[in-house]
Amino acid sequence: MEKAGIPATHICTVTPISKTVGAARIFGAQAIPYPTGDPNLSREKEMARRREIVMGALQLLTEGNRSVSGESNAVFTD
Amino acid sequence: MKKILFYTNQFFGQIGGEDMAYTEPQIFEGMHGSANTFGPHFKDVAEIVATIVCGDNFYAENMETGEAFVRQQIEKYQPDILIAGPAFNAGRFGIACGDVCKTAKAMGVEAITGLYEENPAVDMYKKDVYILKVGKSAAGIRKAVPLMANFAKKLLSGEKLGSPKAEQYYAKGQRVNIFCEKNGAERAVDMLLAKINGQPYETELEISTYDKVEPSAPIADLSKAKIALCTSGGIVPMGNPDHMVAATAKFWKAYELGDAERLEPGQWESVHAGFDPVYANEDPNRVAPYDMLKMLEKEGIIGSVYPVLCSTTGNSTSVADATRMGQEIAGRLVSAGVHGVILTST
Repeated sequence: MEKAGIPATHICTVTPISKTVGAARIFGAQAIPYPTGDPNLSREKEMARRREIVMGALQLLTEGNRSVSGESNAVFTD
Repeated sequence: MKKILFYTNQFFGQIGGEDMAYTEPQIFEGMHGSANTFGPHFKDVAEIVATIVCGDNFYAENMETGEAFVRQQIEKYQPDILIAGPAFNAGRFGIACGDVCKTAKAMGVEAITGLYEENPAVDMYKKDVYILKVGKSAAGIRKAVPLMANFAKKLLSGEKLGSPKAEQYYAKGQRVNIFCEKNGAERAVDMLLAKINGQPYETELEISTYDKVEPSAPIADLSKAKIALCTSGGIVPMGNPDHMVAATAKFWKAYELGDAERLEPGQWESVHAGFDPVYANEDPNRVAPYDMLKMLEKEGIIGSVYPVLCSTTGNSTSVADATRMGQEIAGRLVSAGVHGVILTST
């Protein structure tokens, strides 16, 4: 998608895999079975957590002309 | 005597050049065309019982018909091995050879071909069949024929094969157990010492190398951007009507979401076999956060949400398949005027 000109953020838990295959924008997810949720939280808190992750991923779409990535949430790497 | 079925194209099958490239598949008893160069190598061991000849364009454009024809001939002649080509660096012929061999393998018949390393069919079929390393053009046929014939003889006799390098075929990506005199630690130290001393050494396992994707231009204003959601979490409509697979997916699906504000629990499920889907099935937005994107659209934080979920299963999916699916999805998103993508993985 990046090669086709569309910035794309990969939300995933095991970010080193995404880095290894060369993804340009990576945002750390909550957990493997629920990347954008958390069943251990109340409904309200879970939505707040989802917002935090999705907003972080969207933010990466607006940044950088270099590889950017988020470990446990937004970190940049060259 | 073992039986060999041979496959070649209109040119090597002595039917004609490009003007005959739409020739339909046909069968000749015994050796025909370039099969004659192979025959003498199998003296007393095996016999080429028949030769299939098919035009390159015909096969490339009618693969199912070609495969069906090959299957009929395999049924009829019951060969022990199928030899196709060699196709050197010829694209259409190479794909035909790879596909013919794969068809034979699927019927339990051993099959080999010979291709130049840059022939695109190498990457397409090397996992499935033995592809011998041959030259770029037909000028390499003198070397190619004995190489392929000797390899075929080994397969026919059940002789133990050497490494891909020793046998000169493209590695199939399979790991096999072998006995070595020195254990792994000793071999690793030997390799390291050789490296330090500037002596030649050979790695036992090539590490895959991947592209580093250059980021494209960022989105200037999220509040005007159309955002699409993609997932490799295996999210599909409840009941999995398209038979999305649980692993090693080779296709993706685009699900129209219309006016939906979220992925409704009970209407969607995950078929991904690489994680416990209980939490995803309780709330599919935990894997594909469509509800949050719609919320952010309402709040004016993003311009709009592309109302389609592009979904596949990212479990043991090959990088080659993932790359192709990514290109296909990107094609759709570009034509839909999407500005940015959120892709989730489990």
